[in-house]
Amino acid sequence: MSDVKNFFYVNRRAPYGTIYALESLEVVLIGAAFEQDVSLAFLDDGVFQLAKGQETKDIGMKNFSPTYKALGDYDVNKIYVEKESLEARGLTVDDLLPLTYEDADDDYAEKNSIKVVTAAELAQLMDQADVVLSF
Amino acid sequence: MTMLHTVNKSPLDRNALESAITHATKGSAVLMIEDGIYGAMKGTIKSAMVTNAMKDVSFYVMGPDLKARGIDASRVIDGVKIVDYSGFVDLVAEHKSSQSWL
Amino acid sequence: MKFSVLISEGPYTHQASDTAYNFTKAALEKGHECFRVFFYHDGVNNGTRLTTPPQDDRNVVNRWSALAKEHNLDLVLCVAAAQRRGIADADEARRNGKNADNIAEGFRISGLGQLIEAGIQSDRLVTFGD
Repeated sequence: MSDVKNFFYVNRRAPYGTIYALESLEVVLIGAAFEQDVSLAFLDDGVFQLAKGQETKDIGMKNFSPTYKALGDYDVNKIYVEKESLEARGLTVDDLLPLTYEDADDDYAEKNSIKVVTAAELAQLMDQADVVLSF
Repeated sequence: MTMLHTVNKSPLDRNALESAITHATKGSAVLMIEDGIYGAMKGTIKSAMVTNAMKDVSFYVMGPDLKARGIDASRVIDGVKIVDYSGFVDLVAEHKSSQSWL
Repeated sequence: MKFSVLISEGPYTHQASDTAYNFTKAALEKGHECFRVFFYHDGVNNGTRLTTPPQDDRNVVNRWSALAKEHNLDLVLCVAAAQRRGIADADEARRNGKNADNIAEGFRISGLGQLIEAGIQSDRLVTFGD
């Protein structure tokens, strides 16, 4: 395997209406085994993927939102949520799943994986990526 | 090196072009392909979004997709460069990475 | 450059596969190297040999098979997406108790790791989708 690359996964779509949210999460989990530098971005309607309280029994589809909570265990802990996208949708970070990870460099202290960033900050982060996967 | 942003949907249909422009840093490029070519047309309610961003971002549009849709080059916003698939390949090679705004 | 392509939509319904094909062909003609073409989501539907499109229009599946043969391309269908959508080779059909397989010439089925590897090994990865 060659150098470690900065993989940037961009999520812009709501969950359940289409499969992109679920299948992109599957890429992230498989990709975690390759020990690259992984960041996830949620912007536009993608922020809805992280909404708390998803109950899918009545639509007859599997609720895959618990899988986001496992991301920390896969060393995926750079999860950027765009501020403007939240605000445009009347959401705050308190409406989102509490995603955390255990920081091995800090005595396994539990920390927040979600970082709310502005569009301008997200643009800079995107520019630094080596590989961008858009779903 | 900066990023190449591709947009394949009309700005009157989706927010992809707007989002791409919002996230395109100075010196990067936006290439409109497939139905995204409508974003390159003069005289639409979305044209200003492109013209206002031109000072910081380079805009390109796929000639083959314009022609397929019957949009003549004369209707393309001044300053948006028309390219073909060979030009698309060059744009990918010249930028550090590419992001598709779908 | 060494490039890879990700195709996220099936044939005909979206232009993604067409644009990806035209891009790939142009890049190869310019002397660039294609590491892999990876098909995900509905993109796996580009790998069925059972399509019979109208004769007066392009044959999206066969065109990929022909390009792959001419340039020794690696066309990979994601196994998880293929299982969901019913695209199988003989091994997958047998493994999953299906009485038929339908994979087109020049395609192979493999895991998502192949997409990640394409990102790692290529200079550029371009996505074509909806």
